[in-house]
Amino acid sequence: MILTRRALVTGAALGAGGLLSGCDALNGSERFQRMIALAEGANLRIQRAVTARGALAREYRPEERSPVFRSNGTAMPSTPLYQNLLAGGFADWRLAIDGLVARPLSLSLGELTAMPAREQITRHDCVEGWSAIGKWRGVPLAGLLDAAGVRPSARYLVFHCADLFGSAPYYESIDMVDARHPQTILAYALNDRMLPVANGAPLRLRVERQLGYKHAKYLMRVEARDTLAGIGQGKGGFWEDVAGYEWYAGI
Amino acid sequence: MTDRADTQPMIYRHRLATRLWHWVNVVVLFVLLMSGLMIFNAHPRLYWGSYGANFDQAWLEIGATPDAGVLKIGSLTVPTTGVLGRWTDPDGNVQTRAFPHWATIPSSYDLAGARRWHLAFAWIFAWGLLAFMVASLVNRHIARDLKLGRRELSPRRLWHDAKDHARLRFPTGQEARRYNPIQVISYVGVIFVALPLLIATGLTMSPGLNAAAPWLLDLLGGRQSARSLHFIAAVAVVLFTIVHILLVLLSGPLNQLRGMVTGWWRLPAERQP
Repeated sequence: MILTRRALVTGAALGAGGLLSGCDALNGSERFQRMIALAEGANLRIQRAVTARGALAREYRPEERSPVFRSNGTAMPSTPLYQNLLAGGFADWRLAIDGLVARPLSLSLGELTAMPAREQITRHDCVEGWSAIGKWRGVPLAGLLDAAGVRPSARYLVFHCADLFGSAPYYESIDMVDARHPQTILAYALNDRMLPVANGAPLRLRVERQLGYKHAKYLMRVEARDTLAGIGQGKGGFWEDVAGYEWYAGI
Repeated sequence: MTDRADTQPMIYRHRLATRLWHWVNVVVLFVLLMSGLMIFNAHPRLYWGSYGANFDQAWLEIGATPDAGVLKIGSLTVPTTGVLGRWTDPDGNVQTRAFPHWATIPSSYDLAGARRWHLAFAWIFAWGLLAFMVASLVNRHIARDLKLGRRELSPRRLWHDAKDHARLRFPTGQEARRYNPIQVISYVGVIFVALPLLIATGLTMSPGLNAAAPWLLDLLGGRQSARSLHFIAAVAVVLFTIVHILLVLLSGPLNQLRGMVTGWWRLPAERQP
């Protein structure tokens, strides 16, 4: 019996070791990766199927905000273009809205801040696991899309940013369900002050039902497209391209 | 002893649904735990409430000082160099991530990869638990074997059972036909409390589901509380599993293994007084 137990324990230890290297081998298999990536599509379809498309993210009371709203990713875009815009107080900055639209727009920060705004105190959830609550003020994206006359053939909005990671420009994309959601805004203020550089000045996306990496900062251009192919590596976002994060970041 | 054991009756102890679910879980919980530890490594701090980030108070943190790994729980600091917070990877490099390479999937830092594993296997886990619960209602496993009745909740019997466990005196003869009270309580705790809590807290970390079902946030005390409870429930399941495997090894591992593979289990012979 003792022999058997010893054999069992040894077997279990060997088995565990085998499982560990086995997991890494599986992790390197393209077919297995495609298989577990199926869950992402399932998550998007099932969440969309069983939840209301217009369901609002929770909005918090002012006293429920984080004492410090940390930033993440780029804290200071280093390109000469951005540095010049920043030095000029973003007076020369323009947001382009183009692609599959009837009337391409070019909007200054002054024009954006003069538009009807939405304020919301929401929770920002990073894919890493932390959360911070802050108050955002910005222009509802749906109104801008109507002003630009987005064509019915547009399926995605691609957000082009001023910051570079290495040599690759940051970009992100969402579909029209999230684009037209009432809490999806282009925010220019955080906690009643103009957006700090670390949080994406002068303008960033808020897409409240998804994780932080979708909330593109340092916006330069919003492009309406019928496909995500042809931008970056075609997966719809910087982190999606380089690290394999999910395009749908609702989980 | 062997002769007498061979004459003991075999009983059909584990139904097909139980056996299937058990072996699926061996794989699935193993993957969920280890990919979960990798996800934890991306932000090795836990908080209570709705928000929580680097400038906020963490109740648990695995970190590294310049020359040591430490686990901090409240005001308690435990040195964990070599295991948590500071360890050496297979290439001989010192790493300061929370959980070491042998405890995570994938073994080197990859949050996106770990999320793919975790969110795919979570589906198998959740549907598996649901299927097991439905099957066990239908085949009356819950009603017959997992019922918390007077036998299970009588303090005297529990005390007696606890003493038996401490002495590793396992039930024999007719007594062994049923799960003992501590066994029933731990199975019920895992199946109906810890595992459902893992699913509920996991769902509560999804910002998409938060919008659709904000009551989950209220029920669990906010997203960061849900993340903490997710971790605590996972630790509870790990502790259960360790004790579970130990008791299997100590109570006739081959008989127990056969029971969980074929369903048939040999009743241990009545202990001679």
